[in-house]
Amino acid sequence: MRTAELVIIGGGPAGMAAAVKAQELGIQDIVILERDSHLGGILQQCIHDGFGLHRFGKQLSGCSYAQIFVDQVQKKGIQVECNTMVLEITQEKKIIAVNDKEGLMEIQADAVILAMGCRERTRPQVRILGTRPAGVLTAGAVQRYINMEGWKPGERAVILGSGDIGLIMARRMTLEGIFVEGVYEVMPNLGGLRRNKAQCLDDYQIPLHLSTTVVRVHGKRRLEGVTVAEVGPDRKPVPGTKRYISCDLLVLSVGLIPENELSRKAGIVMDPVTKGPVVDDQMMTSIPGIFAAGNVGAVFDLVDYVSQTGEQAAQGACQYLKDSGKNVLEHSVKAGENVSFVFPQKFSSEHQKQAEFYLRVKKTMRQATVHVWCGEKELCQKKVPFATPPEMVAVKVPLAGTENHSITIEVEQEVKG
Amino acid sequence: MQKEYICIHCPLSCDLTLTDDNGILSVTGNTCKRGEDYAKNEYRNPLRMLTTTLRLEQGDSKLLPVISSDMIPKEKLGECLDLLYSISVTAPVTSGDVVYKNILNTGVDILAAKTVVMQP
Repeated sequence: MRTAELVIIGGGPAGMAAAVKAQELGIQDIVILERDSHLGGILQQCIHDGFGLHRFGKQLSGCSYAQIFVDQVQKKGIQVECNTMVLEITQEKKIIAVNDKEGLMEIQADAVILAMGCRERTRPQVRILGTRPAGVLTAGAVQRYINMEGWKPGERAVILGSGDIGLIMARRMTLEGIFVEGVYEVMPNLGGLRRNKAQCLDDYQIPLHLSTTVVRVHGKRRLEGVTVAEVGPDRKPVPGTKRYISCDLLVLSVGLIPENELSRKAGIVMDPVTKGPVVDDQMMTSIPGIFAAGNVGAVFDLVDYVSQTGEQAAQGACQYLKDSGKNVLEHSVKAGENVSFVFPQKFSSEHQKQAEFYLRVKKTMRQATVHVWCGEKELCQKKVPFATPPEMVAVKVPLAGTENHSITIEVEQEVKG
Repeated sequence: MQKEYICIHCPLSCDLTLTDDNGILSVTGNTCKRGEDYAKNEYRNPLRMLTTTLRLEQGDSKLLPVISSDMIPKEKLGECLDLLYSISVTAPVTSGDVVYKNILNTGVDILAAKTVVMQP
């Protein structure tokens, strides 16, 4: 059987950053398994700019951000198997994969980093009534069709969901000659960042309809139109507000879910809130030697953080390979007031002096303060001028003096936003 | 007179108010210098980055993603796109290569955003 010190599942931003870092830390025998034909993951289709402000201090396009890591992976001679689909990972870190060169293959790894990313929610997950014609696509599928395949998937589009991907695609479709009738959002507030509304919708006079959703899909073979309706506070359609819109493309931008079929099958403990594996500050999952990085653990909004978690996982894997079997006591990190989740969910003060934690707030707050508590003791605080659910907050926490205790991270609002 | 803008420079998305007092522009609501510059540009000459894809010949992918080297006047974006859609690039291309110089005399170059090798 083939063996490897470190196998990385997925060659997107998390996997590539992990591979590069692991090699720098002295791990020689690394393999990246990628199911697409090229490295880069979802960044390959993100041709818009706005990536890498934290890491590189400038606004790159998604493709140029990915290229930096692709170049490093190639320069370092890290082994990459593209067109390779991983079917199973066992508790003993045996990886079963398949590709068209070798057929079914098995690799016994000493350590594994899961970097499978996330997947879009689809029509069945938002339960829209009606027929099942062609022309109902996720925003990511439309993005791939337009930006990588050169296809025009429709002439007249309706977008459901106002997350950043939906807004970016509204602009992109407009530039590609597709008429965007409007963006519909079931919630009373914008899903994505306001700057994306400004530059993607307002610049092109694309209307945004809040508290409105698609209630029915029409058309036999090809989409002919959708019915939209306003919704009340209970998110149920308000009688008398139904409106028919003729369109041949319905674009769904209705959220992302970490892709964890492999993790679940391996028996890794999952977090019901992030929908990813529970990890410690070294990104190690409940199975020693299996790590998780990037969107597979929790859906991030900045690729810079995704790369960072890849590097953290590489450090963890390196540490594990050096002193495998060493038991460290783990303590939990709890999401306190105004916080919907914290990632990673566990930590050990024995690993490192400080650790980076990522959290999402529950509501928009101005002049907010992040407090990190260990019992009665405040470990640190961070002022955040503007905190909003679409934008993750990162906080560095000193871990000295946390022996045998869990910590709680909460966000306090000083002025109502 | 007064104008309201949402700054697009970073995720803070500041609400900016620009006041034109007989040609003297002042900006409030910004939290950094870029916000002030953004509002003044929006008022006088709105600028945007341009990203799109170009037709690619002989590459191992179908399209070449490109990005402008700097911001371009907003009203010229459509014309720039029309021009870019009329040309094609031949592989190999290296990320950062200039694929179109000084587009429409804006002083801005169009750069490859990806390295593409030739089709095997």
